[in-house]
Amino acid sequence: MTDPTLLSGRGLGSTFGGVTALADVDVDLWPGEMLAVVGESGSGKTTLLNVLSGRLMPDTGVVWYRDPSGTLHDVHAMPAPVLRTLHRSDWGFVHQDPRQNLRMNVSAGGNVGERLMAQGERHYGNIRSVALDWLAQVEIDADRIDDLPRVFSGGMLQRLQIARTLVTHPRLVFMDEPTGGLDVSVQARLLDLIRSLVARLQIAVVLVTHDIAVARLLAHRIAVMQRGRIVETGLTDQVLDDPRHPYTQLLVSSVLNA
Amino acid sequence: MTVILSTRALAKSFTLHLRGGLVMPVLAAIDLDVRAGECVVLSGPSGAGKSTLLRSLYGNYRAESGSILIRHCGAMVDLAVADPRTILAVRHETLGYVSQFLRVVPRVSALDVVAEVLLTRGIDLDSARDRARSLLLRLNIPARLHAIPPATFSGGEQQRVNLARGFIAGHPILLLDEPTASLDADNRGIVIRMVEEAKARGTAIVAICHDADVRDAIADRIFTMAPYQDAA
Repeated sequence: MTDPTLLSGRGLGSTFGGVTALADVDVDLWPGEMLAVVGESGSGKTTLLNVLSGRLMPDTGVVWYRDPSGTLHDVHAMPAPVLRTLHRSDWGFVHQDPRQNLRMNVSAGGNVGERLMAQGERHYGNIRSVALDWLAQVEIDADRIDDLPRVFSGGMLQRLQIARTLVTHPRLVFMDEPTGGLDVSVQARLLDLIRSLVARLQIAVVLVTHDIAVARLLAHRIAVMQRGRIVETGLTDQVLDDPRHPYTQLLVSSVLNA
Repeated sequence: MTVILSTRALAKSFTLHLRGGLVMPVLAAIDLDVRAGECVVLSGPSGAGKSTLLRSLYGNYRAESGSILIRHCGAMVDLAVADPRTILAVRHETLGYVSQFLRVVPRVSALDVVAEVLLTRGIDLDSARDRARSLLLRLNIPARLHAIPPATFSGGEQQRVNLARGFIAGHPILLLDEPTASLDADNRGIVIRMVEEAKARGTAIVAICHDADVRDAIADRIFTMAPYQDAA
């Protein structure tokens, strides 16, 4: 049987000014699988996401990515242009702040279409119809296609970022607190969208969140981080319902039941 | 009939690190065999570990020692040591679970909550919804509620949505945690008939059921559990 692993981190370590941000971290992700990385602020979640996505070089360890042809690539040994191309095609990144990803002075439709153009699509009519389709999928009205993102609400911006990210049908998406800072009602809608789109398109996701309920709703597997280490990992419902590590027990018992 | 679920020397305890590492043993030396078409009801006082056993059988709680063999796609899989992806595959194909309470997903309608399992098996949306609709109607959830997310439903309605979700896929093994706790007599009767039909199809069922009438109606065998006794 061929090894299906899509992304694999081994022995990842990283320090900032003497502070350990990551230590001895191993991560594997399969196609179509959603892995949630949870832990409090400063536990190393975002550092891990940045290292896995090639945005930050680790001090130790290696990150492997298997491309559609089955070839393994050492993410941190890739030439910068190749990595950039990967980020624009096979991969996607959803930031907590959509402004980091969107171009605020380009129309909503342009923001979605731009990713397609970067992949070589040139036909204006095709680009516009795909953009319209994606705006509909993230529940943005068609008559907003020519509006600039700066007139959008926070929830709409986040949905636009998701459309922009998914339009190229990436196989792997990194998400950093995608629902952070949004109202609960807006959050619910976004969670439902992410859940259905990811399942339908069979996208693999590494999701960083401090919200355990979000992890439970979306993720197949979960990794709990504390002080740069993964202290517990497994099936999401197992880890949350039968936590073993003292820190996971603290995390789970600290959540209020609504 | 063939044994399709079998535990040997299954043990489970909880270590409460926030309580100074207090160890609470709950299950010890559980040997349970369930055959195709058989319904075993777990019985015992509160705190005897019935729910812990049921959750362990589903892989929701991690067994501490012993084995949980499940017949999955023609082979026996030990859930006690299986990796997460294997457990998910076993749940997808083989092992269904009806919890006491529905975990509601925001914005998803009752109909789609029930149809979802079928969709993940590649059944097309229309047929999946048709089957979900008829099962909901059978459980007396009126059509006007099907398009509404069940968050606002009554306890009994949510439980029936949960039952529909659990029964629709026809898993070869079903784990039922108090399936009739919030139901009236009429709906209890419907659930009893659904369990009987599942058994006739060869489904192996493990249930927790405090209602004596329901228990007598569905149980082929009672598995008696006693609260864990310290050796001392």
